[in-house]
Amino acid sequence: MSWLVGAPVILPLAVAALLFVLQGRREAQRVISTASTALLVTLSAILLYRVSEGGILVAQFGEWRAPFGISFVADHLSAIMVVITGVMAVATAVYALRDIDPDREALGYHPLFQVLLAGINGAFLTGDLFNMYVWFEVLLIASFVLLTLGNRREQLEGGIKYVAVNLVSSLVFLGAIGLVYGVTGTLNMADLAIRLPQAPGGLVSVIAMLFMVAFGIKAALFPLFFWLPASYHTPPQAIAAIFAGMLTKVGVYALIRVFTLLFVHDVAYTHTILLWIAGFTMVTGVLGAAAQNDFRKILSFHIISQIGYMIMGLALYTPLALLGAVFYIVHHIIVKANLFLVAGIVRRYAGSFDLDRLGGLYRRAPFLSVLFLVPAFSLAGFPPLSGFWAKLVVVLAAADVGAWPIVAVALVVGLLTIYSMTKIWQAAFWSPLPDGVELAPRPSGLLYAPVIGLALLTLAIGFWSGPFLAVAEAAATELMDPTAYVRAVLGDAAAATIGRTP
Amino acid sequence: MNSLILRSATQLLLTILLLFSFFLMLRGHDLPGGGFIGGLVAAAAVALYAIAFGYRAAQAMLRISPRALVGWGLLAAVASGFLALLQGQAFLTGQWWIVELGGGAELKLSSPLLFDIGVYLVVVGTILTMLFALEER
Amino acid sequence: METPLALTVGVLFACGLYLVMQRNLLRFVFGLLLLSGSVNLLIFTVGRLTRGAPAFVPSELSTPPGDVSNALPQALILTAIVIGFGLVVFAMILLLRTYERLGTVKTEELSAHLEAPRPVPMRHDDEAPA
Repeated sequence: MSWLVGAPVILPLAVAALLFVLQGRREAQRVISTASTALLVTLSAILLYRVSEGGILVAQFGEWRAPFGISFVADHLSAIMVVITGVMAVATAVYALRDIDPDREALGYHPLFQVLLAGINGAFLTGDLFNMYVWFEVLLIASFVLLTLGNRREQLEGGIKYVAVNLVSSLVFLGAIGLVYGVTGTLNMADLAIRLPQAPGGLVSVIAMLFMVAFGIKAALFPLFFWLPASYHTPPQAIAAIFAGMLTKVGVYALIRVFTLLFVHDVAYTHTILLWIAGFTMVTGVLGAAAQNDFRKILSFHIISQIGYMIMGLALYTPLALLGAVFYIVHHIIVKANLFLVAGIVRRYAGSFDLDRLGGLYRRAPFLSVLFLVPAFSLAGFPPLSGFWAKLVVVLAAADVGAWPIVAVALVVGLLTIYSMTKIWQAAFWSPLPDGVELAPRPSGLLYAPVIGLALLTLAIGFWSGPFLAVAEAAATELMDPTAYVRAVLGDAAAATIGRTP
Repeated sequence: MNSLILRSATQLLLTILLLFSFFLMLRGHDLPGGGFIGGLVAAAAVALYAIAFGYRAAQAMLRISPRALVGWGLLAAVASGFLALLQGQAFLTGQWWIVELGGGAELKLSSPLLFDIGVYLVVVGTILTMLFALEER
Repeated sequence: METPLALTVGVLFACGLYLVMQRNLLRFVFGLLLLSGSVNLLIFTVGRLTRGAPAFVPSELSTPPGDVSNALPQALILTAIVIGFGLVVFAMILLLRTYERLGTVKTEELSAHLEAPRPVPMRHDDEAPA
């Protein structure tokens, strides 16, 4: 069954190749690209099912044994992330059919979208640090081109910040990988889980900080987040939605992976720093959002504040907290991408993202208003929507270990989130239409399909949270005890040596 | 650039450079060389042609868009991985077929060779895409 | 040999950082080149240096006869160089396009340019042309 582990990466790569060859045949590209995302989500779901039934799956490419070859490892966390990538791929691919203009399609939107998916899934599945760097670069270069496709002024200006900061982050990541290799002589993550504890602790802490900076930039953590609100409001909505949903979460995933599997030698030091960062990230994100008056910029700043909750779960480093972090990621990807898609429909109605130029949508489009309320309330954490459970678990986990300051921060930030969401609701939907603004006729129904689908998913996670929490719990259990991960990759003998000093 | 010397020399050099790039690619499995370096040499050959005759002439000479080259290359590389799956082995496991040519000569065909051809095409395609993007206004 | 190389890595990194913090984006790209060079050199150095022993196995043997140099850092560096090359070329093209459209590559002028009132309203600009 090892091919299944590679399938979520190989499929989009193969499709991307096909779409490059079919350059210029727009209809064929649209059909193949959209159909392949359906196949992708199916394969990913099968992968998650296999993992939850039979435990961690490992593929060794080219039959080179670990730790010498490149391993792909699907544990619960990776499989969950791959499934959610598949869901987002379907949603944005359908939305893009009406959202991406023919010019961008001719410039190669479809193959680049597939390359982006391959990069994201590769980063989630790989069991090798350097390979992770490669997949990061694959998704980065695809995202660079997608972000600046069309060469509009704001795009170029936002694109430069995004590109510049991410290139520096990649170099820090690469340098950290080099130092890890110098200290341990291996880059296989399971092998590193055995060898890093045997290395000098101070040196390992330095390397851990380098990883924190590198992934912190990708995940838009305080104080390294400024590239995100500078760039995420510039591309078309379909692209912005998958960026908002997935790209920062790749950074969060990488942080969770390295700070549970590799750098747990001095939790009191590293994870305390993470906790402080999480608090600041939440606060600055939500305050930034409160100061904005543009639909998409508010949403962009909220990505940052929500990332804080996920990192808070990681920083607390208890099974419950990690469960919360994983659950939070899933909830947030669905909700945030959905809000970006809703923003796109609102803009089709009113021709603007500026809250001062919006209004009257509740009268004109009551159904759209409901579709906005579901993810917006979920984001703010209203019971019984998905965001409520996500916040509840993380806050409970913090209360469990007596981390009261962060509990207070999380609750206050939750309140401020409600403020931002009601601000959008008030300005765009409830208040009368400003003078001189005409509403356009209802846009294509195809734009609604992914929004409805994601809203239903949000409701499902809220009302039947049991199975979702169970999967997240399985992921958290694996993260707290890396023995199963190491055994799956390297075998029983190696797993027995974890935590042993030579 | 309008230079008779460069134009005449390019016509000769183009063939030699392309041949050399194939040689580098084929040599690459056991010895220094390979698809990447071969692709770079081939791209340099086309770049030389573009300098001598203009990039539109170079595009016309290629007949295929550089992005399609990337596509074909990626397809070849991915296909080379699937060959192993057909044998029930892990993705990308090397497959070898040795063809006897008579007189003691033999031809070694392999999935790594197909992968290298893929890399070669991707490199040529990518670099030419960048080059033409810089030339286009 | 490690010490001078380590010093070189440090000096290159410092120079790269200095350039990266400049306001002229062209210098930023040069800084990136230096940074990426220093990181590659770092990987090479931490892979331990072995002199006069290439990472090849003679064709009549299946294992190396004596010392061989570690081939892995070289493979990592080659990959990193290729990726870095692509990224820097992309950054250069992006800068060129920016210069063509906005007429500057200085960070503060870029932002000022955006905040200034625009001659044409930019609404509906990413809609499909009718």
